[in-house]
Amino acid sequence: MDGEPLVRWYWIGDHLGYLWGLLADHAVISLVPVLIGLLLALPLGLLCTRFPRLYQPLAATFNVVYALPSLAVFVVLIPYTGLATQATVMIPLTCYALAVLLPTTVDGLRAVPDPVRQAATAMGYGPWRRLTAVELPSAVPYVVAGLRVAAVSSISLASVGALIGRGGLGYLFIDGFQRTFPTPIVAGIVLVALLALVTDGVLLLARRVLAPWAGRETAVRR
Amino acid sequence: MNWLSWISDFFSSPDRRSGPDSIANRIGEHLAISGEALFYAALLAVPLGLLIGYSGRGAGLVTALSGTARALPTLGLVTLAVLLVGVGDTAVLIPLVALAAPVLLVAACEGVRGTDPDLRDAARGIGLTHRQVLWQVCVPAALPALLAGLRTATVQVIATATVAAYVGLGGLGRYVIDGLATRDFPLTVGGALLVVLLAVAAQLLFAALSRFALPAGLRKQRR
Repeated sequence: MDGEPLVRWYWIGDHLGYLWGLLADHAVISLVPVLIGLLLALPLGLLCTRFPRLYQPLAATFNVVYALPSLAVFVVLIPYTGLATQATVMIPLTCYALAVLLPTTVDGLRAVPDPVRQAATAMGYGPWRRLTAVELPSAVPYVVAGLRVAAVSSISLASVGALIGRGGLGYLFIDGFQRTFPTPIVAGIVLVALLALVTDGVLLLARRVLAPWAGRETAVRR
Repeated sequence: MNWLSWISDFFSSPDRRSGPDSIANRIGEHLAISGEALFYAALLAVPLGLLIGYSGRGAGLVTALSGTARALPTLGLVTLAVLLVGVGDTAVLIPLVALAAPVLLVAACEGVRGTDPDLRDAARGIGLTHRQVLWQVCVPAALPALLAGLRTATVQVIATATVAAYVGLGGLGRYVIDGLATRDFPLTVGGALLVVLLAVAAQLLFAALSRFALPAGLRKQRR
């Protein structure tokens, strides 16, 4: 690519609508799995705190799941869910999100100090009210920390889906590579990173609203 | 589904036994590129992480950096690197190092920072220099965190090195990508299975390492 500049701005100007469409597709295939993961992680996490014996095997399983290469899982799913469909990309991403979110949810639910829980019971809170008014709010900083990791990884992983025909912005990498034209690749990297940054910002804001007492950082073991 | 027949097709093909497309050769290529990437990432990140963790300066920056690095799409970095430096190991090493280095940096930094402050004070108190405290107290105490970081980084690198095949390099990704391109399902599924097995093997290896490679004093604390 002698003499080819890293970015040809006119190409970006000419393809704004196209880029927007890919960005929207990318946001859906990467973030909907994180939401589903969260919806699954909450009840599973609750089960694990109620029945602690469940947690070790579940955590070990998801540890292995997290190690599975995304491309390999996409490929293995193709015969069931089809080439280039949203499901083929979204099912593995949901599993990755769940693998991150389950431990953080359990950590969060366990982090409620026993005296606090007992105080709630003493004040006459039933199990349901104690859960919604005490335990879940206390878990918010942990869950949000997990969501940040899960969302950012999901956004970056979704682009690999381009290799099986459904990767949102990842398509730009294939396109640019096949034409030896770096502009789409650079645009893709920047847009993926921007989407991740914006998502991260939204999650931080959500934490500030939902858990204003939380400190600046709640670490995640990943 | 005829999964088992695909897998047996894959493993019974004569191409899998010898020649450039043999399983042994592809695994060798895969491990070589992954190992090289991990080596450079560790060379860059571990000393820096230890120093930052020990001095405590710039630790916030490390956390922020690791979050941003996670957002970089590997496929984008690989394709861009190929266009910039040409097809070759360097083009794949750049994104893999970019993937592994932040993980190791955070692990080293957090490991040292997590050392019991009383231990550090005691070590200083009996007259150890800063260098000695770092090497003899903080580094052994950071070992579990470092090993955990190395495990995460290794698994991610092994999984991601699959993508290298897209730009024409070797490794197990060759099977996956070639199979996709020619609609040869046994090839793709067999390759995917081998990558999964390799990643799981790496996990097990590190689980064993973290059990046996720790200093006796740390093992007793069950930390």
